[in-house]
Amino acid sequence: MKLELRGITKRFGSLTANDHISLTVEPGEIHCILGENGAGKSTLMNVLYGLLEADEGEILLDDVEQRFDGPGDAMKAGIGMVHQHFMLIPVFTVAENVMLGHESTGFAGFLNQNQARARVRDISSRFGFDVDPDALIEDLPVGVQQRVEIIKALSRDAKVLVFDEPTAVLTPQETDELMSIMKQLRDAGTAIVFITHKLREVREVADRITVMRLGKVVGEASPSASNAELASLMVGRSVELTVQKQPAKPGEPALTVKGLTVVDPIGQLVVNNVDFEVHAGEVLAIAGVQGNGQTELTEAILGLQPRVKGSIALDGKELTGLNVRKVLDAGVGFIPEDRNEDGLVAEFSIAENLMLDRADGAPFAKGGSLQLRFRNTFATEKVREFDVRAQSIDTPVGTLSGGNQQKVVLARELSRELRLLVAAQPTRGLDVGSIEFVHKRVIEARDSGIPVVVVSTELDEVDALADRIAVMYRGGIVGIVPGGTDRETLGIMMAGEQPETPAPQGDPRGEAA
Amino acid sequence: MSQEQDGAQASVDESALQQAGDADVALETGAQVPPEQQEPNRWNEALRQIMGGSVVISILAVVLALIVGAILIAVTDPGVQQAAGYFFSRPSDTFEAIWNVVSGAYTSLFQGSIYNFGRPTFASGIRPFMDTLTYATPLIVAGLGVGLGFRTGMFNIGGQGQMLIAAAFCGWVGWSFDLPPVIHLVVAVAAGVVGGALWAGIAGVLKARTGAHEVIVTIMLNWIAFYLISYLLRTPGALQAHGSNNPKSPAILPNAILPQILGPQYQLHFGFIIAIAATIFVWWLLERSSLGFKFRAVGENPHAARVAGISVNSAIIWSMVIGGGLVGLAGVDQVLGTTTGGFGSAIDAGIGFDAITVALLGRSRPLGTFIAGVLFGAFKAGGFLMQAANSIPIDIVLVVQSLIVLFIAAPPLVRAIFRLPKPGPRPPRKQKPATPAPVAEEVAAR
Repeated sequence: MKLELRGITKRFGSLTANDHISLTVEPGEIHCILGENGAGKSTLMNVLYGLLEADEGEILLDDVEQRFDGPGDAMKAGIGMVHQHFMLIPVFTVAENVMLGHESTGFAGFLNQNQARARVRDISSRFGFDVDPDALIEDLPVGVQQRVEIIKALSRDAKVLVFDEPTAVLTPQETDELMSIMKQLRDAGTAIVFITHKLREVREVADRITVMRLGKVVGEASPSASNAELASLMVGRSVELTVQKQPAKPGEPALTVKGLTVVDPIGQLVVNNVDFEVHAGEVLAIAGVQGNGQTELTEAILGLQPRVKGSIALDGKELTGLNVRKVLDAGVGFIPEDRNEDGLVAEFSIAENLMLDRADGAPFAKGGSLQLRFRNTFATEKVREFDVRAQSIDTPVGTLSGGNQQKVVLARELSRELRLLVAAQPTRGLDVGSIEFVHKRVIEARDSGIPVVVVSTELDEVDALADRIAVMYRGGIVGIVPGGTDRETLGIMMAGEQPETPAPQGDPRGEAA
Repeated sequence: MSQEQDGAQASVDESALQQAGDADVALETGAQVPPEQQEPNRWNEALRQIMGGSVVISILAVVLALIVGAILIAVTDPGVQQAAGYFFSRPSDTFEAIWNVVSGAYTSLFQGSIYNFGRPTFASGIRPFMDTLTYATPLIVAGLGVGLGFRTGMFNIGGQGQMLIAAAFCGWVGWSFDLPPVIHLVVAVAAGVVGGALWAGIAGVLKARTGAHEVIVTIMLNWIAFYLISYLLRTPGALQAHGSNNPKSPAILPNAILPQILGPQYQLHFGFIIAIAATIFVWWLLERSSLGFKFRAVGENPHAARVAGISVNSAIIWSMVIGGGLVGLAGVDQVLGTTTGGFGSAIDAGIGFDAITVALLGRSRPLGTFIAGVLFGAFKAGGFLMQAANSIPIDIVLVVQSLIVLFIAAPPLVRAIFRLPKPGPRPPRKQKPATPAPVAEEVAAR
């Protein structure tokens, strides 16, 4: 089925998210839509999927104009979508999830499960998916869950498949498998729309590329286009993502983690007997696919996890068992993974957020009373120092852009006397300029002799910052390798396997010498 | 201008971009992918929504409620019904009847609550307003207490129970001891505050330690308090007045009674001054104190508060304790100010629940709560005259009060009726990233 979008325009107030977007996707073709976040890709797809109504323009399928009032209409017309965040019910089986929404019932309204199972088996075998229709979704690895999403779309006879940033949650290996699945689907005649901002993936599978920027189509490119051409179209300027840094000068071991085990509230072992050391003045990056215990590890350091065994010692001082307040007082700076949820109070002003963890005593409070004058001076100074773009220090943080929000978090954490900095996904969702800024600050902290732990799922970030890299898989550390280890090796480790030639345990002192 | 320059520029860009491309990094600007959020506590979300409403919404909610109230008055009025029976022959009769009854009702409401023009002197004319303030006194303090809970993310539905326990505490001090003038009053008031604080503190501790939901716990504590006080009021030697068979307490000793501040011709008592002081105290607590800062942080985002080293549990407990103390003051007002001759188990007079409305209408801000408390006091004071003068059931006033809650709880409805724009707590993110003009244009411009 041929999909054509003509002059799609979508405005949100004064903001034009899509400005007369036109594109055509032929059957048996993978059409990549490339663009930064905020370029309007997702808006466009939501219009296509009936979640949003376009202000102007039309959608045509095989040259027939369509009108979608909701995803149901879009599905009926043959459009399937694989969302970035899976729309699956964890406690249902694969077959139940696949039939959800168009269940067929038999005698007396009983669900016809067998039909759904057969359908799952049929589609799985057609594309070699190897998915058990009776497996519970929650037991399946992320990559397989995604296949269930694809089966779901195909079971509704989708002729146009939209993949919305499908690789964000996958290991490199799983990504490769997805790529081959996409090629298979293409060869079977499906029209595929692949939304991404990762250039490598685009160049691997795309038959045609449309680049979007600021809500407009800024150009088309062929898959043979160089990364440079694509990036320049996408960003509109040259970008530099490697942070300038000197080799680390690691000192004494500062943070020593021994036999750390964390059990989560539902009784699952999320961090399993982890040992590592971080030296003063070095960055230890913890790499791994999201959800392999990194979050819990950082939370355990901060005292946020209730069931922790083992030892976390900072400069010889035991941190396990202390509450968050005491851990912070011990000199731990923490940049949480989800800044909106854990890092900031959206309704609070910049100034209030800058003192969030220091409301207890001097200099921000005296005799139980807030020292507003000091707070404002402090905030004004930090806003200038960290280049937070806002109207005033009284602006609610919730109204700032992601980059400026992260700068507020960074300013708060770095303005204390630190003995350890733990940064979880410090640049997630940030624009290029802010990424540069955050990276620079992290390296500055390192160079001032602070041990730094950076958790990141982005290999590029790991690459840019790490002096040593610990790879986590299913709660354990697969291995610790020196910074600059090639992606291939890291990818294998991220899947839980030891690389062919075991990388030597990274020794920061050896490296520095 | 020159070709060479173009070429040089392009190659520089190329190399930089090559690097970038190789890095294959997520290039992102402006808006971010919203991380899959855990479903936030629904009550908290609802609270935030309600409190996020503007002053305008609060005012319009009152206006709307009065309009709907007018319709109800008109529809239920026998005169209007009669006139409507021959609407098509003489429609003017119907409209006249509607006008008469509605204007009569609201005039009475005004005269009964603000100023009575029928009286000869200003001193007697202003008496209704003094009544309004008297009624408003417990509503204000209780509203402040409930509002403090709201700001910490807690729904304190237990005003009734807290008032009853406070009444028992301060009443007992008020009639059992014979203390010197000022001291007796201070001790009695303090006892009441402690009583309310303790009762609310139970809910706070249960919430903090066991996660028991405060709505359920406070409602249950209402019943426990009610039956406990009822029992004690029937038990000689406990709260029952000596030598009486009625479930009623003894009268308060004169030294423990809140003095009337404007002389004997007005009911207004010292509790109103306490209410003003409490309003200022709560303002200081929330806006200027370290403790209040933590309360607000926990109320807005408990996760971030926890990560910032703020003890969510102690914030919950202390906000309930302080809030309960304020609600306790309402019980004190009732026992030491209004019903000084001894009280029964209905001493709370529904104030504990009205306080929720008052706090909502005042958007949990101290000044807003004060104003809302006065408004509700006016409804109470004016409602009686409305019933007496126009034989309009006082229930209409309750309906109007309930409608106010309804409209405040549904800001989208109010906005739709008055065609207000959607509020923009999150204005569209700055879409324009800090990127300079595209390379191509830059090159072309040379």
